[in-house]
Amino acid sequence: MLNVEHVYKTFNPGTINEKRALIDVNLQLEDGDFCTVIGGNGAGKSTIMNAIAGVWPVDSGRITIDGNDVSGLSEYKRAPFLGRVFQAPMMGTAGDMQIDENLALAARRGQKRGLRWGVTAKERDEYREILRKLDLGLEDRLTAKVGLLSGGQRQALTLIMATMKKPRILLLDEHTAALDPKTAAKVLAATDRIVNENKLTTLMVTHNMRDAIAHGNRLIMMSDGDIIFDVRGEEKQRLQVTDLLEKFEAAGGEVSDRMALS
Amino acid sequence: MGAYFASLNPHALWNAAPGGLAQGLIWGIMALGVYLTFRVLNFADMTCDGSFALGGATAVMLILAGWSPEAVLLMSFVTGVAAGLITGILHTVLGIPDILAGILTQISLYSINLNIMGKANQAVPVNQVKVPFTSNIQYLGQTIALTLIVDIVIIGIFYWFLGTELGSAIRSTGINENMSRAQGISTRRMKVIALAVSNGLIALSGGILTEYQGFADVKMGQGAIVIGLAAVIIGEVLAEALVGKRLNFILRLGFTVFGAIVYYFVYVFVLWLKFPADDMKLLTAIVVAIFLAVPYLKQMRTNSFRSLARRTAKDFAGVKTAAPVENGLKEKAVGGKEEKSC
Repeated sequence: MLNVEHVYKTFNPGTINEKRALIDVNLQLEDGDFCTVIGGNGAGKSTIMNAIAGVWPVDSGRITIDGNDVSGLSEYKRAPFLGRVFQAPMMGTAGDMQIDENLALAARRGQKRGLRWGVTAKERDEYREILRKLDLGLEDRLTAKVGLLSGGQRQALTLIMATMKKPRILLLDEHTAALDPKTAAKVLAATDRIVNENKLTTLMVTHNMRDAIAHGNRLIMMSDGDIIFDVRGEEKQRLQVTDLLEKFEAAGGEVSDRMALS
Repeated sequence: MGAYFASLNPHALWNAAPGGLAQGLIWGIMALGVYLTFRVLNFADMTCDGSFALGGATAVMLILAGWSPEAVLLMSFVTGVAAGLITGILHTVLGIPDILAGILTQISLYSINLNIMGKANQAVPVNQVKVPFTSNIQYLGQTIALTLIVDIVIIGIFYWFLGTELGSAIRSTGINENMSRAQGISTRRMKVIALAVSNGLIALSGGILTEYQGFADVKMGQGAIVIGLAAVIIGEVLAEALVGKRLNFILRLGFTVFGAIVYYFVYVFVLWLKFPADDMKLLTAIVVAIFLAVPYLKQMRTNSFRSLARRTAKDFAGVKTAAPVENGLKEKAVGGKEEKSC
């Protein structure tokens, strides 16, 4: 489904701030894989997500999605293949637009946007049903501005927007990191449900080792711009937090407080 | 002083009011264009000073060339669209920051407008051509009605357009570019479209004003951006005060035009007070500053440290308030050390 081949990316090359963010990264995701990504600060977790999403072009290497080479496609042209949820709740929605308008924007991902109505009455009914399943009380607030919602509600909404038009790959970039533990658990549960229902191929970055172990069928660990550990299936299910910490230290990584405490 | 007040003629003010209304309505079209870039797209577009005069220059030269005064307004719109496209391309394709891209187009339009007109100003041959937007006192009522209709039609089109898929994409581009791209929207294209439509309207407004005042001048657009912003901001402040929470999008647009009218009434009033015309730009700046400052100061009256200090002084009368700590730096340093040791 996703094929990342020999991808390199260096930020600020030739300057004192040069940062080799991705060094010969190779990653294959099978159809239906739910892969969690862990690693310390600056390991390249978000960078690989941005490389796949096309926020900027990579220096070299190839990224294919479902057999389509997307390396040369700009961010908005790749968007039809991807659903994305970001770390900051503000990032994934348009705060000054209504809930239904945000959903309608997402429903037209990959379609030509012309002079038809931005949201139709029929769509509103569909959205109400989708939001009812979330159980956050949003179904009665379709015309409320998204900016009025809490961080958790916004992340849940972004998750719906990322998945309502079934993406080939769902990219979750620490999408629960900015939420309180209870809300984070709710959003993660919704994530699990949606991913399973739609059998979505998913890449989820997280700082929380327990979440990384508990969710998905595969786990990769990144360090210094490369993937240093890749487990799947039963082996992943037997994984303990201490195993991951050991692996991490063996790779010369510094265990941050945030990782150790989670 | 007494002689000054005696020289003011209330009748003259009354007579000047319809003209102020007509001009306000004409500038209202321009304000709607400014609203599209400034408020919807969140793009400070400085092109408008140039595109306003471009619309005027286009109108006057085509009328002189024998075009019908209605058709020339369409061409004013078209040339404005072209000016907006240039700013859009400078910004999105060549990577020039928004304000600078607009300024570059604006300054180049000064030369272009001079070239179009051949000299700094050109008169509309009002005696030979019957223009629809005339300031002839006999037909002023018609002009006002016609301009009002144009404003209402444009507001209607705006309301419809910004509700379409394309319009929604333009709005989301103005609010959150990252999110828009993630949803497959070409934010560059949206910016170019909005800039084109906005400057088209601004040039149309310039064309209409040219017919109204009977001439186009290369400097007629000078300060247009400020007048447009004044209209948008005056409209917002008044809308907030008059309708408050029930403010919807149509009303917002309506109040933008109303803001332009209010601006022009202030203008007419100050002229009537016999302020020299040279001071009008200063006046415009003062009006905008007042309307920007009033909501802020109003909010600060209830939500500032000073007001809190006043309230606590009253509520906790008798309790000693903290005096500024002396040697604050030294104490801080000690505190820092303690934190480290534990």
